[in-house]
Amino acid sequence: MIEGLDRYIREHPFFTGLSEEYVQLIVGCARNVVFKAGTYLYRHGDPADEFFVLRHGRVALEMTAPGRAPVTFQTLVEGEIVGVSWLLPPHRWSYDARAVDLVRAIAMDAKCLREKCDSDHNLGYDMMMRFVPVLVSRLQATRMQVMDVYGTPA
Amino acid sequence: MSAIHAADPMVPNVMRVVRTRRELADVWTLEIDPGPNGFAFAPGQFNMLYAFGIGEVAISVSGDPAESDRLIHTVRAVGNVSTALAHMKPGDTLGVRGPFGHGWPVEAATDADVVVVAGGLGLAPLRPTIYRLIAERSRYGRIALLSGSRSPTEILFRGELERWSARLDIDVEATVDHATGDWRGQVGVVTTLIERAAFDPANTVAFVCGPEIMMRLSAVELERGGVAAERVYLSMERNMKCAIGHCGHCQFAGDFVCRDGPVATHARLGPLLALREI
Repeated sequence: MIEGLDRYIREHPFFTGLSEEYVQLIVGCARNVVFKAGTYLYRHGDPADEFFVLRHGRVALEMTAPGRAPVTFQTLVEGEIVGVSWLLPPHRWSYDARAVDLVRAIAMDAKCLREKCDSDHNLGYDMMMRFVPVLVSRLQATRMQVMDVYGTPA
Repeated sequence: MSAIHAADPMVPNVMRVVRTRRELADVWTLEIDPGPNGFAFAPGQFNMLYAFGIGEVAISVSGDPAESDRLIHTVRAVGNVSTALAHMKPGDTLGVRGPFGHGWPVEAATDADVVVVAGGLGLAPLRPTIYRLIAERSRYGRIALLSGSRSPTEILFRGELERWSARLDIDVEATVDHATGDWRGQVGVVTTLIERAAFDPANTVAFVCGPEIMMRLSAVELERGGVAAERVYLSMERNMKCAIGHCGHCQFAGDFVCRDGPVATHARLGPLLALREI
């Protein structure tokens, strides 16, 4: 099992160029998980103790407001990263992540990884340099959504 | 180009609406009888449509270039003229001048992968290109059609997207900016589909149409993925009036969009797109 994770992480584009030492560190924080369609990887407000690398299936990121149906603002597919709130305090999820269909993923123990990043700042810097582009890309997408570019001009 | 306006490009030809189809809450497609000579156009070209007594507006042709016996336009009811056009009924007449402008250089994609990126109503000017690509399927490499819409109820040509998606020789991906729980498709801006699409960036031609900011960000994403700016084509929209480069209403820096566009490369347009002044 660990050997399979080892290979998957080494070959995954998100971890491209990661040293073998760090691959082994990360594998030590990783496990395979499965979510049935309709179940949640995490819910808003829960502790952000894990993040996920999707191996199969699709995940909808949703926000809810009282009296309104949940709104999906992004879907993520195979190969993509689910969850960035584990990086910074207060380490709590700010939205829901729902499995649209059967989801197989690698769950990363965020507490384990944070501790390793704290004790080895080179690893911490490396992780930041991998996650910041994900954050920037999602921020850019959010800007486009906020602009409502397909709406009827006023 | 059609010989219809050869005598005087400022004089509209009177044509009759044959059928109409409501596509979305505020979008209609008009099927127009072009008369016995038919109507030839290149994908991406536009016509000036004249709602008599109200005014004229530039609208891209959205039909199949192989079917010259009917002229198809898809119109969103926004202002007085487009609303009058969108609400036309079978039997109504309108004025047509065109076709005008440079369209999508489909032939430039021969032997290359093709990425078509459409945002909202931008799928309408691209639809003739998609028809052409499908008709000449063996001439091209992979074809990816990436479509972005505001919400699941605002997906233009949804039936056709589903039919194209069922083909085994085109990759069709549709996404919406927002959705509620009953939507099982993708959610996120159309640019997110680009990095997921399969194409050889060194041998790809991209055709992008939609709101200007969507085109700008799509072009940036395509280039980040390795597609050369000279092979990324955008279709510009400006306030076209004369449509032959005389009046200057559609001036975009040193170009007139009606005459020099509407389609041009991102290499040419990119430096200008961020300028607020134009």
